[in-house]
Amino acid sequence: MSARSIRRGVSRSERIFDVLIYTFLIVAAFVTLYPFLNVLAISLNDSTDSVRGGITIFPRQFSLDNYKAIFTYDTLFTGFKNSLLRTLIGSVLGLLSASMLAYTLARRDFQGRKFVSTYLAITMYVTAGLIPFYILIKDLHMMNTFAVYVLPGIVSAFNVFVVRSFMDGIPYEIQESAKIDGANDFTIYWRIILPMTKPALATIGLFLAVGQWNSWFDTYLYNGSSEQLTTLQFELVKVLQSTTNNSGDYRSPNISQITNTVSPDSVKMAITIFVSVPILLVYPFLQRYFVKGLTLGSVKG
Amino acid sequence: MKAIPESGTSAVVESEPSKISKFLKRAIQNRYLYLMSLPFVAWAFLFTYYPLWGWIMAFQKYKPKLSVWEREWVGFDNFRMLFHDDTFYLVMRNTLAMSFMSLIAGFTIPIIFALLLNEVKQMAFKKTVQTISYLPHFVSWAVVAGIVSKMLSTDNGAINDLLVWVGIIDEPVQWLAKGHYFWGIVTLSDVWKETGWNAIIYLAAMAGIAPELYEAARVDGASRIRQMWHITLPSIRPTIIILMILSIGNLINIGFEKQFLLGNNLVVDYSKVLDLYALEYGIKINRISFATAINIFNSVVAIILLFTANGLFKRFSKESVF
Repeated sequence: MSARSIRRGVSRSERIFDVLIYTFLIVAAFVTLYPFLNVLAISLNDSTDSVRGGITIFPRQFSLDNYKAIFTYDTLFTGFKNSLLRTLIGSVLGLLSASMLAYTLARRDFQGRKFVSTYLAITMYVTAGLIPFYILIKDLHMMNTFAVYVLPGIVSAFNVFVVRSFMDGIPYEIQESAKIDGANDFTIYWRIILPMTKPALATIGLFLAVGQWNSWFDTYLYNGSSEQLTTLQFELVKVLQSTTNNSGDYRSPNISQITNTVSPDSVKMAITIFVSVPILLVYPFLQRYFVKGLTLGSVKG
Repeated sequence: MKAIPESGTSAVVESEPSKISKFLKRAIQNRYLYLMSLPFVAWAFLFTYYPLWGWIMAFQKYKPKLSVWEREWVGFDNFRMLFHDDTFYLVMRNTLAMSFMSLIAGFTIPIIFALLLNEVKQMAFKKTVQTISYLPHFVSWAVVAGIVSKMLSTDNGAINDLLVWVGIIDEPVQWLAKGHYFWGIVTLSDVWKETGWNAIIYLAAMAGIAPELYEAARVDGASRIRQMWHITLPSIRPTIIILMILSIGNLINIGFEKQFLLGNNLVVDYSKVLDLYALEYGIKINRISFATAINIFNSVVAIILLFTANGLFKRFSKESVF
């Protein structure tokens, strides 16, 4: 090995350096992945057997009972439906606003360009805070409505700027020639610019979808009393809080509440997996887009 | 003699409408662009600018039945009360402690991670590690809180099992029930969740470094560590500084999700942050005016921090956001 190293001009210290780097990164990847695998294994293990402990990344007594148990909760399905719906509607509306605003800002000949861009930039730093916002939602009669999930978040300055910097890279001549052909601004946006902006839109769409899918606080704050408007994340929060956080004692509830077939702990893990899986299925496919999009938006500001 | 004022006035009369008509002409040309932007501008007004009007509540005695004009003005009473509240200082301590800890960890660890990953020449390995590293970013804090409490649990939690097995502790520790561990747990959870994601920008910046720089350094006999120190790090300095300014501006807005989800009654002295404090007063016990004062304090400090950070960086380096 050393002969080969010398031939390639790689010293021994370089080799050691490489080994250290690879070791460190493997450990880091393992630490990132292990909790998920562990939770998955527990969720797939027979719950009475799980209590004995010692489950790492493989189930010891494979069983789907935990999942069967969570599928009997009706609210989980209502939550799933609402989460899916808010993710779809919220992402589409958010994409529409981000791309339309970005398009007008990318047009050098648009009068209102400077005003709109400053106006949006301010919203990134000045926010009224939780309480004035809560009062606004109340005054608009949006408490206990589905609308509260999608309407307040439609315009996001950060997303607009990400899409805009992408659009800035599209040669202006394309638009001019379309104009000569008689296309109006909206047609240019819809037919020409939007298809060319796909990578940026995929990035923003992913951000929006992840944000929508993962949020629970608005459910807690505005729709907490309505079972029909619950979301999947909020159901998870409720389940987690009911047995651990607010009880104060960490030892007793997990063991004492074991029913005949299913322990709350295993069920919790099954719900955790159920809530995470949809988003985890999509992100590897969108990776190349978000890496590009995030870099563009943040470095250029 | 008459001709001069006449032509003068006619010039004025002529140029005024021509400015307006020029504007209108362009506005008509821009009509689709206006149609595409103004609805969203109005939307942003309703949901971000208009609530600022609610700040008035902090200077009044809020009564839901009365309109803004009918409420009693109390001046800075709510702020005075705020600064005399012991909980406020506790909450500030927690907020600043956790934000500084996550600022430091949130900068150093992703940079180190990116530096090491950048040294890997085997693309398949690099890609795999990267894909794994983003994973936790995509799950919610609710999921992370569930996972973290499982990992830290005394019933077969991985951390306790490991520490007992290695022999560092004799029996499982109830990590989440002890206040003095709380800040560390929150910070480490944050590191676990966001390191891979935060490293993306640094990796992209590193990909843009000219290879000649490394070749020259190798010719000069620089080791890999020296190359990292003298080439890679200085090259990503602008990126680091811009991100740092942005996050200092957000220092006080650390959010409350993780504190809300990981906290419990036993650790409340360490877990309560500004937003939760406002939430408690405003929505749970209906002291809206007092809670709004907390929100205002929060925003003002955030803006002061942003400008201070920007000013400092402008002075000591050439980089700044504005």
